[in-house]
Amino acid sequence: MLRVEGLHKSFDDFKAVSDVHLTVEAGQMVAVIGPNGAGKTTLFNLITGQLKPDMGRIIFNDEEIDRLPPYEICRRGIARSFQIANIFPRLTVFRNVQVSVLSQQRKSTRLFRPARKMAVEETRSILEKVGLSDKADTLAGSLAHGDQRTLEIAIALGNNPQLLVLDEPTAGMSAEETGTTMTLIRRLADEQGLTILFCEHDMEVVFKAAQSIMVMHQGVTILQAGPEVVHNSRQVQECYLGGA
Amino acid sequence: MSKGIFNLKTFGLAAAILIALAFLPPVLPRFYVYILAVIFVTALLAMSLNMVVGHGGLFQFHHGAFYGVGAYTAGLMMTKTSLPGWMGLVAGPFAAALVGLLIGIFCIRLTRLYFGMLQISLGSLIWAIAFRWYSFTGGDDGIHGIPLPSLISSPIGAYYFCLILLAICLFVLYFIFKSPFGATLQAIRDNPERCEAIGINVRRHQLIAIVIATFFAGIAGVLFVVVEGSVFPDLLFWVFSLEVFIMCLLGGWFTFAGPIFGAAIMVSLRTFVGAYTEYWTLILGIMLIFLIFFLPEGVWGYLLEKMGNQKQNLHKETK
Repeated sequence: MLRVEGLHKSFDDFKAVSDVHLTVEAGQMVAVIGPNGAGKTTLFNLITGQLKPDMGRIIFNDEEIDRLPPYEICRRGIARSFQIANIFPRLTVFRNVQVSVLSQQRKSTRLFRPARKMAVEETRSILEKVGLSDKADTLAGSLAHGDQRTLEIAIALGNNPQLLVLDEPTAGMSAEETGTTMTLIRRLADEQGLTILFCEHDMEVVFKAAQSIMVMHQGVTILQAGPEVVHNSRQVQECYLGGA
Repeated sequence: MSKGIFNLKTFGLAAAILIALAFLPPVLPRFYVYILAVIFVTALLAMSLNMVVGHGGLFQFHHGAFYGVGAYTAGLMMTKTSLPGWMGLVAGPFAAALVGLLIGIFCIRLTRLYFGMLQISLGSLIWAIAFRWYSFTGGDDGIHGIPLPSLISSPIGAYYFCLILLAICLFVLYFIFKSPFGATLQAIRDNPERCEAIGINVRRHQLIAIVIATFFAGIAGVLFVVVEGSVFPDLLFWVFSLEVFIMCLLGGWFTFAGPIFGAAIMVSLRTFVGAYTEYWTLILGIMLIFLIFFLPEGVWGYLLEKMGNQKQNLHKETK
């Protein structure tokens, strides 16, 4: 479904991503791991178009998407969440998701119909799914941190994506919230057949959830394999122990 | 969210105010009728600006340019051509929107402050044309004694014309505010990066907003001609644009109706305090300081918050 081949990106002299390879099959849950500064977020920003690569190719459903602007990539079926809660703070929770659903339905530029009548069912069902229904009328900016992160995922779901890219979905969460969020993500994968690409610090979380793990170190792909292979790989252990 | 587009209370209030305003001219001294008409015109201008500033998050620093283009188009067509006067009134808004589109195409490539700076420069070019081209625009004298259609040439006629158009425009602007377009625009204001990531073409959306806002600024410009019977380059001067910007902040830029209050306050200050001292801006400055410290949501924003009305999507501090 998604193939990343030989991707490079530098900022001035710093090579954030150099020679990254990644394959995501439909229906899979794929994790990207690596120490701080390995280039995980840069990789995600390249995939969803926030950044443009210097070299390499990103292919989604047989189409090269690495030159497209973010909104075009989203329209092709890749939605994402951000590491820092990236929501619409002055809008209600309902509106946050509705705007995303309206965009997916290509109704964002409708001028002469009240928005309150549109995309209501879809928005309600997403809020229900992620468990934010009772907070629908709250202003998003006044939500607790954990809820804002959940809303972040709900906004991404509004786009009805094939591939969901989650940049550290449990960053800054308590152990309990982390558990709830991972259960939610796994449920989305199971029930809706969503393909999920995520990165995560918590190794326990990663090895429990992912079917395939890509290990990055200093911007380079070390390997991509199943959890057991990765777990036992000497190469991976070395890079985590600082031996590389 | 499940409530109607027009909250019955707000709608009733708006209707009551409109009806009251319709019955005022016969009982009010002529001067006050004129001042009210000026407030209507300025309120519409501030509302149109707030669509891009308060709801769109764009640094539209030179909105006056489009107001001026609307006014000058109407004024020039009514004095320099033999076309019926009504055509000038209709052409004004379209000319303003066209200029809005042309300037917008350039400005939209830049973001935030840079957008505003470029707009001030391009808008000032238009001001320079109006200010210097004596043979065509009348230069710094402007154009006076513009012949208006007889129905609206009296102060009372002008008053009703402005009131009716203001009511229609507010209705349309409110509809846009509540439409998917308006909702998306507010989302862009809150977080343009996120909007791109949910499939919204942010620049195109902003450009459409600019064209709509400048169209309404053009209507306000035309109404100015109706009220004053003249045009002059001050309308296009960037300092005036700043005044309109302040009206939005003063009234409450995250609310829908706030700019109306901002415009009423500014026009009243200029007229009544300005009658005693030319330093009326001193009072304005002091008011702005108080505003920043005590009413960061603006006058109307503050009142709405007091009334516990969350429907206007007021921004709440999250600590």
